Amino acid sequence: MLHLILFLAFGAVCVAGAINLLVQRHPINSALSLVVVMGSLAAEYLLLGAEFVAAVQVIVYAGAIMVLFVFVIMLLNAGEEERTKGSRVAMIFGIPGMLVGSLLIAWVLLEHSRTQSVAIGALPGPPKTLGWLLFHDYLLPFEVTSVLVLIAIMGAVVLAAPPESARRSD
Amino acid sequence: MLSVETFVAISLIKTVIALFVLLTAVAYTVWLERKVVGHMQNRWGPTRVGPFGLLQPLADGVKFMFKEDLIPPHVYKPLYIAAPMLAVIFALTSIAVIPVGNSISIGGIQTSLQIADVNIGLLIVLGITSLGVYGVALAGWSSNSKYSLLGGLRASAQMVSYEIALGLSLVGVLILSGSFSLREIVDAQSGTYLGFIPRWNIFPQFIAFFIYLMAAYAETNRIPFDLPEAETELVAGYHTEYSAMKFAMFFMAEYANMITVACLASLLFLGGWHGPLFGPPLLQALLPLFWFALRIFAFLFVYIWVRGTLPRFRYDQLMGFGWKFLLPLAIANLVVTAFIVAVRS
Repeated sequence: MLHLILFLAFGAVCVAGAINLLVQRHPINSALSLVVVMGSLAAEYLLLGAEFVAAVQVIVYAGAIMVLFVFVIMLLNAGEEERTKGSRVAMIFGIPGMLVGSLLIAWVLLEHSRTQSVAIGALPGPPKTLGWLLFHDYLLPFEVTSVLVLIAIMGAVVLAAPPESARRSD
Repeated sequence: MLSVETFVAISLIKTVIALFVLLTAVAYTVWLERKVVGHMQNRWGPTRVGPFGLLQPLADGVKFMFKEDLIPPHVYKPLYIAAPMLAVIFALTSIAVIPVGNSISIGGIQTSLQIADVNIGLLIVLGITSLGVYGVALAGWSSNSKYSLLGGLRASAQMVSYEIALGLSLVGVLILSGSFSLREIVDAQSGTYLGFIPRWNIFPQFIAFFIYLMAAYAETNRIPFDLPEAETELVAGYHTEYSAMKFAMFFMAEYANMITVACLASLLFLGGWHGPLFGPPLLQALLPLFWFALRIFAFLFVYIWVRGTLPRFRYDQLMGFGWKFLLPLAIANLVVTAFIVAVRS
């Protein structure tokens, strides 16, 4: 019972954070709302029993990626977002569109999905099981993903590195 | 199995005790630092309030509480007020999963000397400390002052960079003990090598310990890596615009983080609370606590010693040291450890 209440409460916090992310006009407030979303998602994972995934969610998303977001916003000193005509149009069409879309997704998931719903605490995710799955059963997808990330890093380095001529003048 | 009421009552009592001990330790770490650095610089340190200046932390606390809480007009108020609270909250939370000794039984109730005994304790500590950077970064940004902003930027860049080396240095220990639970990691270090060297992780993992030590100084923004608050160039860095209790909260967070880092070092590398046990049963029950506190004290003393000895790095040196030296070293240490463990098993 307590688990269910907590699960719903964190779910509500998560959705509220996501809405606040869109409503806020200052980028840093939006970024912090996203941190709240990540944190409550971690709590949901924890309640489902996947404690390792929950901890990694906090360390990687809230603790590293979002810190970089905040860092970039601070570095660029990004100001308040300006509302234009386009943003009003986006609001008029976007909100009903989003509602219809989410209802559609919920309907499809509830009616036509063949996967079973997961009971609270039913996802046993101790690190050893997870490691075995990653490095044994799903080794190839895991390695391919790592190579993909590596390529992305190399691309970022190439794009960010100063051109040859600028380097020589140093 | 305990009933819900007893469980809540025990947890509450443990939380109160842990918070009280931690906050007292924070206050007296400040005293220890002023005293030790004072003696290193041929001064006395605090002497006026109480014997040996022992009541100085109390006087400082009272002073901070009664000072005028000034909020400059140009700050972004919600985050300016939230930032020190975030810093303190994240600094104090991580103590919840740190064990300080074996379980004890009082009045027939068995309980472990730890607020929450979770099997991913180490990851929780890492997660919470990685969130601690928000307090510093937001303080720097919301103050709306160039010194604060520079301090906040430096702090977040530094903490994110050194977290990687810190995390990788701990993986070697994890491979040796095969668990994320801090209690199991300590238990894996009981016994001795060759009958007289204690089985502490620092001996097989001395490179990891060195990396951890360096990264820990950077994570807690201490000399020689205290660039976020470098007085000579940034006034006081991210807390330039803060006064009274809000200022004190940043310092509480910094010293609480130092103690957390010292606790982790003792648990992961120095054998936790293991030590010689002797004497009557009561003394035997208290000795592990004493050995654990002694290790934390030694680690904090080294911290302060380094502060009294080393000059500050330049910022590019700090980043170069972290990315070009500590990180490759940590990866090499990890690969060698994994290889040896794989060959042995």
